[in-house]
Amino acid sequence: MSFEPNLVGFLCNWCSYTGADLAGTARVKYPPNLKVIRVMCSGRVDPNFILDALARGADGVLVCGCHPGDCHYVEGNYKCQRRLPITRMLVGEMGIDPRRVRLEWVSASEGVRFGEVVSEFTEEIRSLGPLALQEWAFDPAAADAQLAHQGGEHA
Amino acid sequence: MPKPKLGLYWAASCGGCEIAVLDTELKVLEIADFFDIVFWPCAMDFKYDDVRALADGEITLTLFNGAIRSSENYEMAKLLRAKSTVLCAFGSCAADGCIPGLANFTSLEAITRYVYDDSPSTVNPEHVRPQPVWDVPEGTLRLPQLWNTVRTLTQVVDVDYVIPGCPPQPDQIKAVVDAVVDILKNGKPLPPKGTVLGANPRACCEECPRKRDVKKIRAFVRPHELIPDPEICLLEQGLICMGPATRGGCGAKCVKAGVPCRGCYGPPTGVHDQGAKMASAIGGVIDSTDPEEIERIIAGIPDLVGTFYRFSLPGSTLRRRQV
Repeated sequence: MSFEPNLVGFLCNWCSYTGADLAGTARVKYPPNLKVIRVMCSGRVDPNFILDALARGADGVLVCGCHPGDCHYVEGNYKCQRRLPITRMLVGEMGIDPRRVRLEWVSASEGVRFGEVVSEFTEEIRSLGPLALQEWAFDPAAADAQLAHQGGEHA
Repeated sequence: MPKPKLGLYWAASCGGCEIAVLDTELKVLEIADFFDIVFWPCAMDFKYDDVRALADGEITLTLFNGAIRSSENYEMAKLLRAKSTVLCAFGSCAADGCIPGLANFTSLEAITRYVYDDSPSTVNPEHVRPQPVWDVPEGTLRLPQLWNTVRTLTQVVDVDYVIPGCPPQPDQIKAVVDAVVDILKNGKPLPPKGTVLGANPRACCEECPRKRDVKKIRAFVRPHELIPDPEICLLEQGLICMGPATRGGCGAKCVKAGVPCRGCYGPPTGVHDQGAKMASAIGGVIDSTDPEEIERIIAGIPDLVGTFYRFSLPGSTLRRRQV
């Protein structure tokens, strides 16, 4: 079976979510891989939302906000514009391809562009393959087996 | 009434938490007087079999410091969990993974290869490596096995309370001891399970006396490149100060001495990931809207993940580096 990327998208309420809505009403075709979470502003996207999505099974995270200068809250998207590069650098230094985290500006009128962004991102993550984090969950069975193998008790 | 029983143990740690207990000065005599100390390998002669001989839940309180990174640490964590009524993760290693947790930036294989072959002071032509089980004429010798991924105590066993800090400050330990004595002597109710004791819920910045106003950073500097102004916020001066992403409780000792906070008290209440919170805080204060300049300013942060996760990598959202 071919790999279907599991993508999480954080879309700002005022521009990008409305842009995604427009993509729907305009019958724009794009892959169904993106699971959309609506946030009030791209400035609300805490870097931990992105890390948490990756830790819990997302293969990629897309953050979309209003174009610079268009933020409903004046400067929320500028904060996002500065946080995302730091988050990408952090993710990269943690051994995860930073291309798995992407920031795009999508306005309320850019339904077609939203479809293109999602299509492109889905294909990029498809080419990168699944993100399987090493030893994320603690495996008590393996730890118990190792202990038993050693004779069970330390002196 | 028989004395309540107290256990102290160190797993993967430096021993600083044990010193912090002794740093409570005369309080340590009060501790020894009030409690029956049944296990404290650092200070008194006990064997693991002494603990195994106890009934389940017989130890009233165990202060467990150290991360879990070997089969021995794991065995003792499980044993002390079973024997203790209240198990407390004591110090940053047990709570968040701390300095031993930096091993999660690399792999066990790479660490072993460096220590037993590649380090400049090592001569090991036969590439000898430690063996977990080895038969000799006198019998079988066993060594604990190291893990590839360092874990926090909370990740491997059920933990009742957490006392953060590297090490927990003696004043905070005294306050916790007083609270425990009050509970045991006067029947006060226990705090809710999972409570962080001996620290503040809010960030280190709340305790910091420095002035904050500009909140605009155009370049980051390293401590040796700057004599910091004694009055102004260190982060505003361009030093990476972990204060905004770090729990208070230490009294902001480092920043008062002109040294940026390194983050040893772990993330504050409501924050799960110190590094992500720091990325968020720094992203908020960089003074630029030009993508290229932003990239240039960020590139000036020395050792980004090593700084952001110095004390909390195993307990962070991603837990380890992908190698």
